Formats: sequence, structure tokens, C-alpha cells
Amino acid sequence: MIKEKRQILIFALFALIILLVPLFLKGSYFLNVLVFIGINTLLAVALNLLLGYAGQISLGHAAFFGLGAYVSGILTTRFPVDPWLALLIAAMCAAALAFVIGFPILKLKGHYLAMATLGFGIIMYIFFNETVDWTGGPSGLSGIPNLRLGPLIFDNDRNNYYLIWMITLGVMLLSINLSQSRIGRALRAINDSEVAARVMGVNAHILKVQIFTVSAFISAIAGSLYAYTMTFISPTSFGFNFSVELLTMVIIGGLGSIYGSFLGAAILTMLPEFLRVFRDFDIVIYGLMLILITMFMPTGLIGGLETLFKIIIGKIKGSTARNA
Amino acid sequence: MDNPSQLVQYILTGLSNGAIYALIGFGFAIIHNATGILNFAQGEFVMLGGMFTIFILSFLNLPLVPAIVLAIVLSTLVGILFERLAIRPLKNVKPLSLVIITIGASIFIRGAAMLIWGKDTHALPAFSGNNPLYVYGATIMPQHLWIFGITLLIIIANKLFFSYSILGKAMRACAYNAHAASLVGIDVKIMVLLSFVVSAAIGSMAGIIIAPLTMTSYDVGIMLGIKGFCAVIIGGMSSGLGTVLGGLLLGLLESLGAGYISASYKDAIAFIILLLILFIRPEGLFKQKETQRV
Amino acid sequence: MLRVEGITQIFGGLTALENVSFSVAPRSITGIIGPNGAGKTTLFNIVTGLYTQTHGKVYLGEKNISFFEPEVLARLGLVRTFQNVELFGQMSVLENVMVGLHTKSKSGIFSCALKLPGQIKEEKMVREKARNWLEFTGLTDLADVAACNLPFGKGRLLEISRAMAVEPQIILMDEPAAGLNSRETAVLAELIRKIQDLGMTIVLVEHDMELVMDVCESIIVLNLGKKLAHGTPREIQENPAVIAAYLGED
Ligand SMILES: Nc1ncnc2c1ncn2[C@@H]1O[C@H](COP(=O)(O)OP(=O)(O)O)[C@@H](O)[C@H]1O
Ligand SMILES: [Mg+2]
Repeated sequence: MIKEKRQILIFALFALIILLVPLFLKGSYFLNVLVFIGINTLLAVALNLLLGYAGQISLGHAAFFGLGAYVSGILTTRFPVDPWLALLIAAMCAAALAFVIGFPILKLKGHYLAMATLGFGIIMYIFFNETVDWTGGPSGLSGIPNLRLGPLIFDNDRNNYYLIWMITLGVMLLSINLSQSRIGRALRAINDSEVAARVMGVNAHILKVQIFTVSAFISAIAGSLYAYTMTFISPTSFGFNFSVELLTMVIIGGLGSIYGSFLGAAILTMLPEFLRVFRDFDIVIYGLMLILITMFMPTGLIGGLETLFKIIIGKIKGSTARNA
Repeated sequence: MDNPSQLVQYILTGLSNGAIYALIGFGFAIIHNATGILNFAQGEFVMLGGMFTIFILSFLNLPLVPAIVLAIVLSTLVGILFERLAIRPLKNVKPLSLVIITIGASIFIRGAAMLIWGKDTHALPAFSGNNPLYVYGATIMPQHLWIFGITLLIIIANKLFFSYSILGKAMRACAYNAHAASLVGIDVKIMVLLSFVVSAAIGSMAGIIIAPLTMTSYDVGIMLGIKGFCAVIIGGMSSGLGTVLGGLLLGLLESLGAGYISASYKDAIAFIILLLILFIRPEGLFKQKETQRV
Repeated sequence: MLRVEGITQIFGGLTALENVSFSVAPRSITGIIGPNGAGKTTLFNIVTGLYTQTHGKVYLGEKNISFFEPEVLARLGLVRTFQNVELFGQMSVLENVMVGLHTKSKSGIFSCALKLPGQIKEEKMVREKARNWLEFTGLTDLADVAACNLPFGKGRLLEISRAMAVEPQIILMDEPAAGLNSRETAVLAELIRKIQDLGMTIVLVEHDMELVMDVCESIIVLNLGKKLAHGTPREIQENPAVIAAYLGED
């Protein structure tokens, strides 16, 4: 019970900081970076539900992000569909696709699952590129409208920041709730020992398909938001490299930690912005991070920080005890 | 449409690509059987083989054969480093961590190749010129013959190695039961290292013989890697005939599909086959189903 | 209660079980013994739906459960523990038992994420019940410890608590005393009897003969995949074929 109260407090504090940050920012450049941190956090949380909670890898999550962006982009540019409705349709499409392929794909384990999702991601990437009549092919799709809500038009960084972070915070809260519930425990049980979970009556396969579907749904919402914010999309944003980038965010933040996903997303979004040299080195560094974190810090930065925190607390307590 | 010489051409291209996929598939199987790891960096050995050869040729001005040998040695060295630095230190890790580590290694190697050699596409000169032979109206490049010949040699050597040499038998024993193998005095660590050596060597060789036909660049490893994986899945994770057939089948379907259906969906064909096989018969087309131990 | 008929299991060329049949009476404690590799764990894996047998049928009561999935069997009241303790290592002891209560609750993914009132009530009930099971096995003090940090003997107890949380009709235990010291084994024997008193049926694979002879009402002997004998502890101790098999092995 105390643990639960503490969690609510931490989340409230986090949300408060997020909502106050724009007040202290003058230039819109940093706000713009924060908008993308919001989108990437949303994606990382979505992948974390699958990878961190249920222990099922996906190397094709950029495909759901892309599907969300393209369905919204196409519906709003080629048909007179309201952007909000398009966002909903896009998320439903991604969820439906995830549900259908989820059944066979999540029968696979470990390496095989990784390869299959990788294959799926590349197939989708090929479709984004080749269905030129719909997607505009490699040269992209432009003229996507901004979202609007009554008199509010989400065409500037400040409005987008609030829009995207409200959604991201909501999804973060729901994910934290989920983790502490019956379903979250069942997912974590599958992650630790699928066989034992099944013997306890957990229908592992259905549950994996469900969380895969939810994860695709959230990723597609992120895709739509990305499309409306950028007003232009092209396939390169949705390829294998981005799937690996998402994986890196989740891993360095910490598997299963929602705040870790934020941390991972923040780091990976900011590094290329602030370190010019990073641009060419990015995939080398991602590769290195994946290896080193997995080898030496399997609970990610959040886990590392927690351990550090505990050590410091322990030291302080130890020294006060000795002084007394 | 019904041009027989065109058909022969497609078949030829399909078979030579298929031979390469089979070799890459061997690399997967050898490491997987020795360690249980599916090495996502397998495709990078293929890339390294081609890229090393090209740069040894142009910077060191060595003749072709020593350049190839040196390139294979260098790629193998990368394989050894990878095993020593990222695989051997691990103890009791979950399969998921291994997947992530080999993916990390794969993009690290790819990124390093990009930093060193740039993003351009490079061509390796054909081993014995570019004067085509004509068979039933189809052009065969001499390089095709090299591919078939060398693939056949590797298949035979691989078979001889694992069936008759002491080392090969020891590796098979480890694959079958590492604990039992260690009890009879086989050094399992060495065998694991050896599997990376053999696998890197075969992979880089594949990359070298295909480079004159398809060109190469820092990022060819992903596609070739996944297609080799597809071949070895069809073959039921063995470095034997099943994988050879799997590679050839994939190569043929891909090339006929690209020729008669749509060239832009060529890669999609391979991946759709991969997904279908994984969904329907993940144990491969030529193998009996096994019961996973719990 | 539980009946297996003509179970045969072939792995590649190896026949791990050959035409094994027996039945287990309700509320009884049955022991399955036999040398390593006799096929005891394989038998459990088949009964609990983890392996698909080559031939043969399994019945729970009157119901043919031959090819049922483990998650379905749990809902029918059939659970097991594992020879190589399979805990949810990253989760707390209490949470492990709460997973055992999965079938006793039904909130879906959305009510869990939204924390709907029904879910909160259910969560309270689950927590309460889980605590009761921890008390039953004497693990209350360890409720908040991560399962991977438990000493081995406590881990075995946790596996049993978790299985009990399913409120099964029948519980299969695979070598529950392996790795326990004699005091822990005595506690285990006590616990097994307590479980029987709750009205459950128990099947026990075990190497510790003292424990088996002590708690079991009937014993099945497997050797090289075949059923060698089935009888009361006394009958088994006097059975010449069993004696020959055990002496022949040593
Ligand atoms: N999934 C499997 N694949 C192949 N052989 C297996 C498998 N599971 C068990 N075996 C074999 O079946 C035999 C019986 O094993 P097991 O049931 O574990 O014996 P016990 O539990 O009686 O010691 C052993 O020879 C074992 O190697
Ligand atoms: Mg056993």
C-alpha cells in the first residue's frame, strides 16, 4: 500500500515537471526536441510493454509506427477524413494487423521471434517504398494537415508539446497501472518462466498477442502524431535502423521500467541533436550501447541508478549509525 | 514473355545467389549448433569478406589470391574478437540477451565499416574476366562458375571436416551435449571459438565470391544475413544438404519472382517465404519435429 | 481421479515411456519412483500438457484430457511443481503466489490499465488469498523478498504455495525433497499431509525413499520407461523385480 502511494507521488511529480518545463524555456528549438522526446517515449513505452514486461522481442516495431503515420497521412491528404478520426483508424489498422500476425508470430521464441519480426518490419518497409501511388514512395508524402481542437491548431511546438505529452503521460500512467495488476504479473511471469506461468493457468499465447496488439496500437498513435507534427513523412523514418533505435532506447533505459523508457528516449533523441559528431557515429554507438548495457547493466540506467541510490542511502545510514 | 533464354538466365542467377545463401546459412548453423546462439552478426562477416578484399586490393596492391586469403583471415579475426569479447564473458544469460548482444555486434560492425569505408558501393573485379559464355542464349559470367565451384568445394570440405576430422567430430559432440563432451576431455570453450572461426571464414568467403556480381557496400550484411537465415531455416538448422537445397530454392523463387512478377518486390519475396516457413514449419522442411525440453 | 492409459513417448529413436498405465485414487498420495532417466519427469510433462505423447490417453475424472494445454488443465484443477524449481525470479514471493491466483480473477487488460473499481476489489481479494497461502506454507516473513534471492529449500516451498493457490484437485510434485536437508524434508512431509487434509490428491516423484515410504499410500515403480510395479509401500519393498532393478543399478 505504501509502495502504491509512493508510485502515485513519483508519477505526479514527473508529470508536474513535464508540464512546467515549457514555462522555463525561451527558444522553441529545445521545445522542439522535447516534442520528439515525447513521441519517442511513447514508442519506447509501447515496445517496453512487449519486451520489458512480456519478454518478447520485436525488431519490426518501426513498421507499426510507419503504418500509423501513413494511414493518417493518406487518409487526411487523399480523402476528406478528419485528422482525429484518421488517427483512430490508423491505430485500429495497426492493432488489427498486429492481432492477425501476432497469432503465428508469437508462437515463435527467442531468436526465431527476432528474425520473424525483423522480416515483418522489412516487408512493411518495402511496401512503404513501393506502393508509390499511395505513399509517394521514397520521395515521401507531404501536405499532411495539423491536428486541431476547436480554436487550437497544433502547428507550433508549444501546442504540440502539450498535446503529445498529455497523451504520453496518459499512456505511461496506464502502463504503470498495468504492471502492478493481474495482467502485468502474468506478463512478467511469462518473461521469467513461460512454462511455469502456463501451468499456473496463464494463457501465455493469447496474452502475448494482446500485449503485442496494444503495443502496435500505441505505436501507431505515435506514428500519427509524428505525421501531423512533421506534415511530411518518408519511408526512411520507419526502417530497420529505427527499430534498432527503439530497441536501444528500451534497453539502455531499463527493461520493464516505464521511466527508463523515458530516459532512453530522451538520451537517444538528444545525443544526435547536441553532438554533431554523433551523427555519423550513431549506429556504432547504438551497437556498443546494446552490447555493453546488456553485458554489464542488465537492468539498464534506471536499474543502475536505483542500485547507486541504495548504496548511497546505505552508506549514509551506516555512517550515522557509526557516529551515534 | 515466354523467352526460354530469359528463363535460363533467371534460373542461373537464382542458383548462384542461392549457393551464396546456402553458405551464409552454414555459418548460422555452425555457430547455432555449437552454442545455441543465433548470430545476428552473420551477415556482417559476408560484408567484411567483400569489403576487406576490395580494400586490400586497392591499398596494398596485392594480387587477388593473397588478398582473398588476407581478407578471410581478417574477417575471421573479427569473429574471434567478437567471441572473446562479447560471448565468452557471458554466464547464464537469457536467450533474449544473446539476441540483443549479437544484434548490437552486427550494427556495431556495420557502423564501423561505414566509418572506415564510407557509404559508397564498391565492385570487386571478377576473378577471371568478364567474357561471358553463352548457354541456350543465356549469358554465364565466369564468376558464376567460380561461385558454383567454390560453393561445391566448401560443401564437400565442410562435410569431410565434420564427418571425418577429429576436430570436426569434437565440435559435433559439443553441439550434441556440451557437458558430456567436456567429460570426455573436449575443451568446449575452444570448440565454441572454433565455430566462430569456421563460420566467419565461410561467411566471408561467400561475401568475396558474390561481390564481383552484385557489388558490395557496408550495409549488404542485413539482407544477405536474413536470406542465409531463411536458407538454414528451410534446411532445419543444419550445415548440410537441407540448407543447400533451402538456399537454392530461395534463390530460384526470388529470381523467378523478380523476373516474372515484380523486381521491386524481390526482397519482399524472400521475407514472405521466411515468415511462411517460420509459421508453418519452423523445424525446417527436411527434419522431424523435436520436443522442446522443459 | 487421474488415469493414464497406455502412454508411450518416443523422442527421435529413444523410447522414454512404453505403454505405461495406472490410476490414482481421489485424495490419495501416490509416489512414483525409479532411477534417473526412467521417464518420471516425462510422464509429468505429458500429464500436464507440456509434451504431446506418441500414444496413449490421460483422464482427469471422466474427462479425456489427453491433448489439453497446461493453462486449460490448471483451470480444471491439475497443477504441478518442477524438478528444477521454476520460480518467477524477478518477482516477489507474494507476487509469485498471486500469479497462482490468476485463474481466480478475471480483470482484463483495460480494467487493469484503468484501475476500474472491480479490478481494485479483485486485487485486494487476490492479495489476501496469497497471504493466506504463504501462511499455510510458512513463508509469510519472506513475502517481499525477490524469488531469485530465496534459499533453495524456501524456493521449493514457494513452488508448492504457488501451486496451491490454484486450488487444484490434484497436484503433481517433481522431486520436492531434492536438495533439502533432513529438517526441511520433515517440514515438507508435514506439508504434504496438510495438503491431503484439504482434500487434494497428490502425486509425488521422489528419490528420497524414506519420505516416499513414509507419506505415500501407493507407489508406482518406473524403470527404463516401463512400469515395473504398483502397490503399497510394503508390497514394493518386497517386490523381487524392484529389488533386482535397484540392486542391478548400483
Ligand atoms: N524433450 C526431450 N527430447 C529428447 N529426449 C528427452 C526429452 N525429455 C526427456 N528426454 C529423455 O527421456 C528420458 C527420460 O527422462 P526423464 O523423464 O527426465 O527421466 P527422470 O525424470 O525419470 O529422471 C531420458 O533419457 C531423457 O534424456
Ligand atoms: Mg526427473
